[in-house]
Amino acid sequence: MKQEYTITAYTENQVGILNKIAIMFSRRKISLESLNTSPSEVENIYRFTIVVKESESVVKNLVKQIGKIVDVLKVYVNTNDEIIWQQIALYKVPTEIIMKEAKVERLLRAYGANAVVIRNDYTVFESTGQDEEINKLLSELHKYGLIEFVRSSRIAIMKASEGIHKSILELEKNDPTKDPINNEFLSLKSKIFQM
Amino acid sequence: METIKQHTNTKENQKAHQASGSIAVIDALLSENVDTIFGYPGGAIMPIYDALYDYRDKLHHILVRHEQGAIHAAQGYARVSGKTGVVFATSGPGATNLVTGLADAMIDSTPVVCITGQVFAHLLGTDAFQETDIVNITSPVTKWNYQITDANEIPEVLAKAFYIAKSGRPGPVLIDITKNAQLQLFDYNGYKSCIHVRSYRPKPVVKPEYIQAAADLINQAKKPLVVFGQGVILGNAEKEFLQFIEKANLPTAWTIMGMSAIPTDHPLGVGMVGMHGNYGPNYLTNECDVLIAIGMRFDDRVTGRLDKYAKQAKIVHLDIDPAEVDKNVLTTVPVWGDCKETLPLLTALLEPKEHKTWMQEFQDKMQYEKEVLIDKERFPETEELTMGEVLFELNELTHGNAVMVSDVGQHQMVVCRYSKQNQTRSNITSGGLGTMGFALPAAIGAKFGAPERTVVAIMGDGSAQMNLQELGTIMQFQPNVKIIILNNQFLGMVRQWQELFHERRYSFTDITSPDFVQVAKGYHIKGQKVAERSELKKALTEMLASNESYLLEIMVAKEDNVFPMVPQGKGVSEIVLSKDQI
Ligand SMILES: Cc1ncc(C[n+]2csc(CCOP(=O)(O)OP(=O)(O)O)c2C)c(N)n1
Ligand SMILES: [Mg+2]
Repeated sequence: MKQEYTITAYTENQVGILNKIAIMFSRRKISLESLNTSPSEVENIYRFTIVVKESESVVKNLVKQIGKIVDVLKVYVNTNDEIIWQQIALYKVPTEIIMKEAKVERLLRAYGANAVVIRNDYTVFESTGQDEEINKLLSELHKYGLIEFVRSSRIAIMKASEGIHKSILELEKNDPTKDPINNEFLSLKSKIFQM
Repeated sequence: METIKQHTNTKENQKAHQASGSIAVIDALLSENVDTIFGYPGGAIMPIYDALYDYRDKLHHILVRHEQGAIHAAQGYARVSGKTGVVFATSGPGATNLVTGLADAMIDSTPVVCITGQVFAHLLGTDAFQETDIVNITSPVTKWNYQITDANEIPEVLAKAFYIAKSGRPGPVLIDITKNAQLQLFDYNGYKSCIHVRSYRPKPVVKPEYIQAAADLINQAKKPLVVFGQGVILGNAEKEFLQFIEKANLPTAWTIMGMSAIPTDHPLGVGMVGMHGNYGPNYLTNECDVLIAIGMRFDDRVTGRLDKYAKQAKIVHLDIDPAEVDKNVLTTVPVWGDCKETLPLLTALLEPKEHKTWMQEFQDKMQYEKEVLIDKERFPETEELTMGEVLFELNELTHGNAVMVSDVGQHQMVVCRYSKQNQTRSNITSGGLGTMGFALPAAIGAKFGAPERTVVAIMGDGSAQMNLQELGTIMQFQPNVKIIILNNQFLGMVRQWQELFHERRYSFTDITSPDFVQVAKGYHIKGQKVAERSELKKALTEMLASNESYLLEIMVAKEDNVFPMVPQGKGVSEIVLSKDQI
């Protein structure tokens, strides 16, 4: 059964790493629902957050392959209930309409949207949340002359993660046999499965 | 380590000294104990070739005739010697000519380091002459690749390249070096080999719990079957592997890539699995109760139809690459790790067993295969020669001590089915990619990798015409390579499928050939052509006795088929022994 999985990959700061990760998906004809790159809590280590809709077996194999990319330090895969996630959206709406229709004001407030820029001709609102709420507000605003819309990719924090600090220390040890790979079969009970 | 100091402007007592990027490349190769490079020069790699000129006695450079030849030769060298093959090529077309070989080395886990020249860094992205984005082109077919634009990166990146290519599950690495970096003078602190990269884990940790679980399964098994792949060879674990199978008398089959890790006539050896493997191990895969897969990856040519593959069996899978476990076949017990380490642990827990009646089943099936199939190829009643009889005749003469390098097609399957191999690293063939044109350059590389061994390349008439230009390399560098062309005047394997599955519609498989012996003669390589049974033994003997390279063209039956066969889309126990069973 296909469902949403969020893949979190920690990587070295290397030119070309995005392509090396991306071709893992395109080769298997898996489309990305969303992709975000950002710094992590550790200097010079990047964090990719990728959302796919796939079956569990496909995702597990895919994640193992991503883990094999030399510049990838660690990969995790989580279902939605194992993460806290957010997206941000920006909406550009004609100021004139907002002034006229009080409903719009209320609507925006109900969705927790804030004005970022207010000009004579248009106003830009920002809202943070998950796709569902964002999409709802989007369809509402279509009725009021929405000029432009953009939504960011998902960023997510793993509920069960202790961050990458400790793993990095272990990975840095010069002894390759002191490798912190966990056998997934041993940690079936734990919420996150690690490479 | 031989230093290069004398050749650079070092002042005595000074640790860092000025060196060019190119010198640093040469020093890296010397430090990694490279003795042979397969390459082809061009504009963007000229500074490295210039540096090589002073070291040509230590770094034996083989000038191939096409870069694809260089990488296949490096693969042959690596496969036979266990060392890392090294390739030089220039930018643009030189680099793109490596792609097939990279893909081949990637899928067959062969350690190769390719160094390509690249245009000056300031020209990157400008569509400069012979600029090509080789790093992005080769990303899917390399274990690691990297572009160097500054000489200061060279020592460390090359150290990393050699480490990554050879460690864990080996594979090809490509390092692209811009011309400015090759020319650049920098403070060189000497070469330090790499033993650790924090984002790279060559081997997973061995989990004793799983060794125990695996041992329990094997000890309880009534009908165990071992199927091993190249992992045993790559892990240098041949001895550990023999101890393992011998302790519990486990019937043992190999994949095409695993072949020769144990002698082909080992009493526990039950033959090859796969589409054209032996009848017994294919058929009985679906009767064993525990399947022990070692250093193999359940390729579709091995499993046939997956949902009909060993469904009754518990699966133990030993592999160094965790991504292989559960990729195609779900395991009961995964034993992650280097089999050199895991096998002795497992052997220690095994109970000695006989498995006599189970083994008898394999022997009976082999006897049956021999009667209905093998003997007919070995002692044909027809006038035409068969590929099979050539192989059996060759076995008599080499006693199974030669390195057998095969190309791709029917002849490849015949070589892998019938050739006797006593020693590990004797079967060099393009397994995963099936690259026609592999054999001639790979045989050249194999001879440089194992000069003391007899190297026989066996090619089809079609395959021989891909990379035939490498006869020029043989002419110039004189490796003593024995070349056999099994000429059936067809792209035989494709013709076989057309016959079996496309109503004999022979769409463009009737390939014509030049007079191969004349072509060889043009390259000053001795040769002859035989078409008669009565001449075969004499010709093979002459070829093997020759103290130089030799090309022997053997005319064989035009429309013979390779059997047994697991037809595409069928399960392994639906293996057929002849055309009328399809
Ligand atoms: C580079 C490449 N192109 C095409 C193929 C497809 N192919 C597989 S076997 C084969 C025929 C090989 O003919 P030949 O070398 O004469 O060997 P035979 O099967 O006749 O023994 C072909 C065309 C391939 N494996 N590799
Ligand atoms: Mg042919």
